Amino acid sequence: MRRENLTVAGVERIGPYSLVRLRRGTLESGVPGQFFMLSPPGRLLPRPMSLCLATRKELAFLIEPIGPGTRALVELVRGQPVDVLGPLGNGYRLDLERPLLVGGGIGIAPFPYLSERLGRPPAALGFRTKEHAEAAALVPNAEVVVEPRLVTELLRPGHDVLACGPEPMLAAVALLAPRAQLAWEAPMACGYGACYGCAVRIGGELKRLCVEGPVLDAEAA
Amino acid sequence: MILNASGCLDALTAPGVAGELDAFVTKTVTPLPRGGNEPVRIAETEVGMLNAIGLANPGIDAFCKEVLPRLAELELPIWVSVGGFSAHDYAELCRQLDEERVVEAIELNVSCPNVAEPAGSVGEIVAAARGATSRKLYAKLSPASGDIAAVAVAAAEAGADGLSLVNTIRGLALDAQTLAPTLSTATGGLSGPALRPIALAAVFACFRATGLPIVGMGGVESGRHALELIAVGARACALGTILFSDPEAPGRIRSELAAEAEALGFENPFDAHAVAHGDEAPASLRYVA
Repeated sequence: MRRENLTVAGVERIGPYSLVRLRRGTLESGVPGQFFMLSPPGRLLPRPMSLCLATRKELAFLIEPIGPGTRALVELVRGQPVDVLGPLGNGYRLDLERPLLVGGGIGIAPFPYLSERLGRPPAALGFRTKEHAEAAALVPNAEVVVEPRLVTELLRPGHDVLACGPEPMLAAVALLAPRAQLAWEAPMACGYGACYGCAVRIGGELKRLCVEGPVLDAEAA
Repeated sequence: MILNASGCLDALTAPGVAGELDAFVTKTVTPLPRGGNEPVRIAETEVGMLNAIGLANPGIDAFCKEVLPRLAELELPIWVSVGGFSAHDYAELCRQLDEERVVEAIELNVSCPNVAEPAGSVGEIVAAARGATSRKLYAKLSPASGDIAAVAVAAAEAGADGLSLVNTIRGLALDAQTLAPTLSTATGGLSGPALRPIALAAVFACFRATGLPIVGMGGVESGRHALELIAVGARACALGTILFSDPEAPGRIRSELAAEAEALGFENPFDAHAVAHGDEAPASLRYVA
């Protein structure tokens, strides 16, 4: 766990989302599915974001502005400093034979980095609108559906599913692919096990998602 | 002396952060295990943070058997925060902890805004705890009491060795879209910058009334904030919400504190102890052994 003050290299709009690119500093990129805490200017608490892209010089985060914290992050401009802590939590297991990425909406955020690390496997992505679906361009080999069609239509048997998306999507994926790895989301204050704010039910017990997850086996959840 | 506020750090998952403190204060331990409240448990507001964790903890038996031995390995002074629902609960918790050599002090959490208030007054609880342990006893008080100085005097007369000031204060936040309460419990404990002037007032009043050693806390984000708590009477200060956004805060605030004090002509930050009181010494120092 390291914290560093990084500099914004650029922010690009992709549909309703923004790709916030940071000069990398000395932070490790970690395992896909791990996350970083980004401190939005003017806010009290940092926000958890999974890493979207890692290059030798940059770490990039795909962010949907849904509240004051995420809005402050997408309004960052080139050259501005931002505190970043990470990588944190447990990412996806990558020793898989037939990976299939299944994502919904902003849940595709960790997929570009994940896809790269897995050798560009097939992906199934679902979005609310055509505008949101513009972000699918970040994910190689992706089949895309837009509501009212659901991403679960694209699931095929015989794959090792790695999923990230809204809770109803994760629940549906877990039913169809009980051995899937699911990346969950919860409000977090710290990201490193200090605040107990991100508790979710795991195996019937309330546990800290930042320590036990955010990637969990479907069977465990 | 810099500590963490109870419930704001897990020394076992972040030993590097705990290692920067002069003592580690545990999350509150209760007689029986508690899973804590359902999510959503936290909310950010414009002036602070709300939490409704609900004292999630493994219970005193598992704590002593499984957690304390691992904390002992960190070789840090350990303060254990305890919470119960009656004076008898507190006495039993203290009796068990009295047998644990690694425990340096016990903090009596008599003021969590997220669970039902314990039956019995602060004085009764402190007296019961005092009868059960010879360890240092700190009473953690709520800034919401009408006359916190009177509560502090009651704690002092019942045998408290010190005071932890302040706990969070009850607050509520609404969802931006639905206008429903954000937290599952509706209300939660407000911490962070909004507590700063409240904590200063509480430490000021309780120091004046008792002269007891005080761990000051509430919105400390910088060395200046820590120095102000010392100036109103704190002997130590504890970091809470700031640890969530800045795990390096203990070391940073320690060096800022030294620099701030020096800039104001104090060789040591604790030379500024109680200077806000001017010539008005505490009305009574009779509670200090």
